Amino acid sequence: MNIYTADEPKKEASNAQTADVVRHDAEPVNSAKVRKPLYEARKKIFPKRAEGRFRQFKWIVMLVTLGIYYLGPWIRWDRGPFAPDQAILIDLAHRRFYFFFIEIWPQEFFFVAGLLVMAGFGLFLITSAVGRAWCGYTCPQTVWVDLFLVVERFIEGDRNARMKLDKAPWSFEKIWKRVSKHAVWIAIGVSTGGAWIFYFADAPQLLLDLWTFQAPFVAYATIGILTATTYIFGGLMREQVCTYMCPWPRIQGAMLDESSLTVTYNDWRGEPRTHGTKKAAAEGKVAGDCVDCNACVVVCPMGIDIRDGQQLECITCALCIDACDGVMDKLGRDKGLISYATLADYNANMALATGNGAHDINPNIVRDADGHFHNKVKHFNWKIIFRARTLLYMGVWAAVGIGLLVALLSRDRLEVNVLHDRNPQYVLESDGSIRNGFTVRILNMIPEPRVIVLSLEGLEGATMKINGMDQPDSRSFDIAADPDKAVTLKVYVTVPRDRIHDDEEHFRFIAEDKSSNEHDVYKAVFNAPAGAVNKEHH
Amino acid sequence: MADKHVDELSGVETTGHVWDGIRELNNPLPRWWVWTFYACIVWAFAYTIFYPAWPLLTTNTKGIWNVTNRAVLKDELTAASGGQKVFVDKIAAMPVADIIKDKSLNEFAAAAGAAAFKVNCTPCHGSGAQGSVGYPNLNDNDWLWGGSADQIYTTIAHGIRDPQDPATRVSEMPAFGDILKPEEILNVAAYVADLSKQPVTSGNPAAGKEVFATNCVACHGDQAQGNRDLGAPNLSDAIWLKGSGEAAIIAQVTKPKHGVMPAWTARLGDTTVKELAVFVHSLGGGE
Repeated sequence: MNIYTADEPKKEASNAQTADVVRHDAEPVNSAKVRKPLYEARKKIFPKRAEGRFRQFKWIVMLVTLGIYYLGPWIRWDRGPFAPDQAILIDLAHRRFYFFFIEIWPQEFFFVAGLLVMAGFGLFLITSAVGRAWCGYTCPQTVWVDLFLVVERFIEGDRNARMKLDKAPWSFEKIWKRVSKHAVWIAIGVSTGGAWIFYFADAPQLLLDLWTFQAPFVAYATIGILTATTYIFGGLMREQVCTYMCPWPRIQGAMLDESSLTVTYNDWRGEPRTHGTKKAAAEGKVAGDCVDCNACVVVCPMGIDIRDGQQLECITCALCIDACDGVMDKLGRDKGLISYATLADYNANMALATGNGAHDINPNIVRDADGHFHNKVKHFNWKIIFRARTLLYMGVWAAVGIGLLVALLSRDRLEVNVLHDRNPQYVLESDGSIRNGFTVRILNMIPEPRVIVLSLEGLEGATMKINGMDQPDSRSFDIAADPDKAVTLKVYVTVPRDRIHDDEEHFRFIAEDKSSNEHDVYKAVFNAPAGAVNKEHH
Repeated sequence: MADKHVDELSGVETTGHVWDGIRELNNPLPRWWVWTFYACIVWAFAYTIFYPAWPLLTTNTKGIWNVTNRAVLKDELTAASGGQKVFVDKIAAMPVADIIKDKSLNEFAAAAGAAAFKVNCTPCHGSGAQGSVGYPNLNDNDWLWGGSADQIYTTIAHGIRDPQDPATRVSEMPAFGDILKPEEILNVAAYVADLSKQPVTSGNPAAGKEVFATNCVACHGDQAQGNRDLGAPNLSDAIWLKGSGEAAIIAQVTKPKHGVMPAWTARLGDTTVKELAVFVHSLGGGE
């Protein structure tokens, strides 16, 4: 795999006129060389449509991510009559989270925390390997801005038409174009907010309620807020969100090292820029591959010139790579003048082109007589992705993932929790026996009704009495547990006077589903006053 | 301050202040921040128009919405009691014995009773209803006047030895110090202590048995098992309201102390008394 020379250079086209290439008269809005004062209002960016393999990839990512987001809540998943049939549902009212075959109770929220830890390490891994790929491809801000730009281009045309329209005085055409653009944007915003709320309630029912104004106020408020944020962030603020508001780019900047792939302008082969090789040759000048067509500048959604080097605005969306590859293709030169490259490779190639800094860049040095790259030129190698740092991230990521998986597969769906009464800690009964009170919670965590047997283990001679149950005192009770619910019982455990051997005796509550043999144990303590301890047995 | 100093490196004006040679750049505030700041000022002034705000000499401006926290609280309490009304109405209409059979009513009444208990009953019976010497423990299964839900309800409703309530529960043990000889008191105390296997030191239990048969069985029963109709305690069990041991028994026989509990219906209303009865019945000793 070689990103620089994806195609063999076309010999017959090597004499192609640079005149075939459209030269754009463009200035980067956010130039790294000329930093505009912060007082200055934002200048609009009019990104031109790019075409190429990274653009293709971004379309696919957009389709998949938006598809998941909008369609997710509509997937059905049968869980029987006692649980909702929505595949992905965050049921805040009943404190349940459903994800296909997984159901999570509030106390199991660590699964979500674990997923967030995995997401964190996943981002570290991706960033240290391929740079700000999250920003460039999958960040919702990037995806929605991309979607908004599709609308903008459809209604107002591509870069030049939009710039012209922007400068034009108000006319009927400008008004309807602007109104329809913003209307579509707001519609996208509404559907974005609308999709969000479906994750929190039964989607078909909520949709019906929405249209008939029966939905709860919070649903409308959420749609309103998300419509506003989507419209403002995606339509109006765009690249400013990434540059000024988002903390993540700063963190990601720190995750990069000299072996991380970043979108790089390879000036070791591009400089000195020239508008025409023939003209340059005629004048006896050295000419690099860059024809200064500004194609990379006009497609940039962040308004930068990648040829100024790595900049904080760059989200590595790689559209400049597509634009430049298109131009190089037309000129019959090697693709990859702008490419994903590591800093280490770039530095090595720069050292080669400049004779270790002895002179200005001489792009002739990096090529041999045939026009092929010199074998000392460093090319991207997949092996660089597997280095100590990324392997460590991968290891932690996988360890957390395996841990979660093991926890998920081995978790209990039947739990018993016990709270010992502390006031009073024990009660003396009229026959001299000692009684302790416990609040026992049996959690039936499956969406099916079950009969759970609650029994005592240890504490010889003890019997239980349960409030609200018409059963004589016993060591074992059959508890009817409702599906997917916790049942709370007030349990009184009584020990006859002559069986009390210690002021603190350990025993267990056992909750068991006889049909499946699933059971849970709670270690409890029985307290008695020191004066009641039967010393003969001690 | 007249001289404008421009930082060479950044090309930004400085504020003109110098600390140990360090100057402060006069960068602009972010636009969004400035507008948020202005919006907050506008919001603050608008707030004072709608809500109570400005102090006047004796009062304050009420704001055109005339909002007060007291009124808000009142509304919220009204709304909350509206939700409870279904339960409260049923509790008011049903006898206690039926309330405890209804699962949801029982839960509601026990929770309401627990709250009322904390406010009204803990001074004597303790926060855990565990009582103390002279004040009955309500957790155990020993009941002076009966441990069924209805009996507990009657006790709370009319109190014990409450002179204000004609239907109150009354019983009085005579002061046997004026009736029996000191030796007889010692002996009967020894007999009673021996019934529940407490150590006997000063009296003769066998002689005490005769004294008991002559003087005590009328109320406490021939087996000293007590009599709930009279509020006469069981003397053969492990629970001693006025303290266990020979000395405490001698004191109680010689000059008995009698506890008093007020009738609660007039103070709390019949519904709360029912809720209290359900709560006390749920503490573990209810019959």
